[in-house]
Amino acid sequence: MAKLTREDVLKLAHLARLELSESEIEEFRTELSEILQYVEQLQSVDVKGLKPTNQVTGLTNVTREDKVKDYGYAPAELLKNVPTVKDNQIKVKRMLG
Amino acid sequence: MSQWLPIAELAGQVRAGKLKAADLVERSLKTIAAKKDYDAIIATTAERAMERAKAIDARAAKGENPGRLAGVPFIAKDNFLVFGAETTAASNILKGFTAPYQATAIEKLEAEGAICVAKANLDAFAHGASTENSDFFTTKNPHDKTRVPGGSSGGSAAAVVLDMAPFALGTDTGGSIRQPASFTGCVGYKPTYGLVSRSGVVAMASSTDVIGSLARTVEDAALVLDVMAGRDDLDGTTIDRDSKGYAQLQDSIKGKKIGIIREHMGESLDPKIIKIVEETVRRFEAAGVEITEISLPSLPMALAVYYILCPAEVSSNLARYDGQRYGYSYAAAKDLEDSYKGSRGRGFGKEAKRRIMIGTYVLSSGYYDAYYKKAQTVRTKLINEFNAAFKQVDFLVGPVAPTTAFKIGENADNPLRMYLSDIMTVAVNLVGNPAISLPAGEIDGLPVGLQLMAPQRADRQLLTLAKQTEELL
Repeated sequence: MAKLTREDVLKLAHLARLELSESEIEEFRTELSEILQYVEQLQSVDVKGLKPTNQVTGLTNVTREDKVKDYGYAPAELLKNVPTVKDNQIKVKRMLG
Repeated sequence: MSQWLPIAELAGQVRAGKLKAADLVERSLKTIAAKKDYDAIIATTAERAMERAKAIDARAAKGENPGRLAGVPFIAKDNFLVFGAETTAASNILKGFTAPYQATAIEKLEAEGAICVAKANLDAFAHGASTENSDFFTTKNPHDKTRVPGGSSGGSAAAVVLDMAPFALGTDTGGSIRQPASFTGCVGYKPTYGLVSRSGVVAMASSTDVIGSLARTVEDAALVLDVMAGRDDLDGTTIDRDSKGYAQLQDSIKGKKIGIIREHMGESLDPKIIKIVEETVRRFEAAGVEITEISLPSLPMALAVYYILCPAEVSSNLARYDGQRYGYSYAAAKDLEDSYKGSRGRGFGKEAKRRIMIGTYVLSSGYYDAYYKKAQTVRTKLINEFNAAFKQVDFLVGPVAPTTAFKIGENADNPLRMYLSDIMTVAVNLVGNPAISLPAGEIDGLPVGLQLMAPQRADRQLLTLAKQTEELL
């Protein structure tokens, strides 16, 4: 039975790159444990001989022609939603400490 | 009484110049303004809508054909990329985002002359069953302002019932069109997986997400589907449309076989809801339909499968909100990792974080086989059972939700109880089949929906049955 510890929650938050408040850490610890306990009922289902399903309509290898389509957008227009732009490029914080 | 004619008639009158698209848009915007206190709408696209309406009127005046939906106003759930307003998915992290391109569904509707007038409220990123997870506000049920309209397409459903527009677009990942349709008393159509392109719609759980409509009648919903359905290069999961389309619904239902889903008629369901389903079934029998009981033994497991697969896909789809390329960005971050964590931690609401956390857990090394892979395998079992059922019957029938609209706040502090609201809708999302919610009656003044399901790609047949069911009710 999944019962998450504070450390489990912090590890997951780090993997998901989510900063959580103290109250969220505690809340999620109990809530996620409850939700995981609910979905654990699947462990008892007999699936002998069955394969997992990833795609339900049976499509495989859908391809299209790889050609450039001109939508006519100016770079400035496409960059207008970017938080920080410098010289028409996306500027991010430094990566190494 | 609705202020809107059936959609086909409305468009016909605009084409003939008897009605002006500009007047229809104005009427829609006036209704939206008059019913603002229901909080169904996040923003209007008034300026662009009016420009488009005038262009359509000008074309009609010149004798050109502005399309099958000429001048028909509609409302899009705010997870569709649409020009003329922000696209927020009702989330703080996307606040201020303006779409650089439009969703294929919107493009197809516009190409036939339809006009988007507003963006409707939803649970942020479509995570929820009540709109209470919207980062902005909760939509009120048109029948009782102290109750939720359902969700996540609760704003779209309420908007249609409040008569703001002839139809609205929604998305249905685990019941998000059908459950609000049931709670508010309108028609909610969830097509076969892949029938409508999802290009330009904010992704939630990509293996079950579909686009559909909320409307006043089956005929209106069918016409809207007929315009939107079909393959799209921009969405590799799209399937071919039915060669007969979806707007001709004349076939007879006499001699068809319908199965009542045993697992959905159990003791945990409100007996008054059971009575409404049974009453409809009697009318089917009187209309010459053969009724049998069908058992789908793995159905009680569907919700558990869904609440593993959905958060897993959500955690993957929401990884793109990193605070760098668009959306909210935490400015005080000291380095890139801090910027990711700060932007996501502050930008996402609680339910998005909850699902990201669950998804990360079930996909993480050591747990993947026990949770994710197991759920995908139980999904196969469910698909096999549905396929076997559809060898015996043409359609399945049952309730949409275990309750009528609940009170605002009633389930807000208990995420698991909120998830249970999807218990009768999630299965068809997992197996990819089409389903519809139809208004079937009322309990204590609150609407109750009836759910009909069909095999994959039998959308036209399902809509035909639904139209005749509408006449029986």
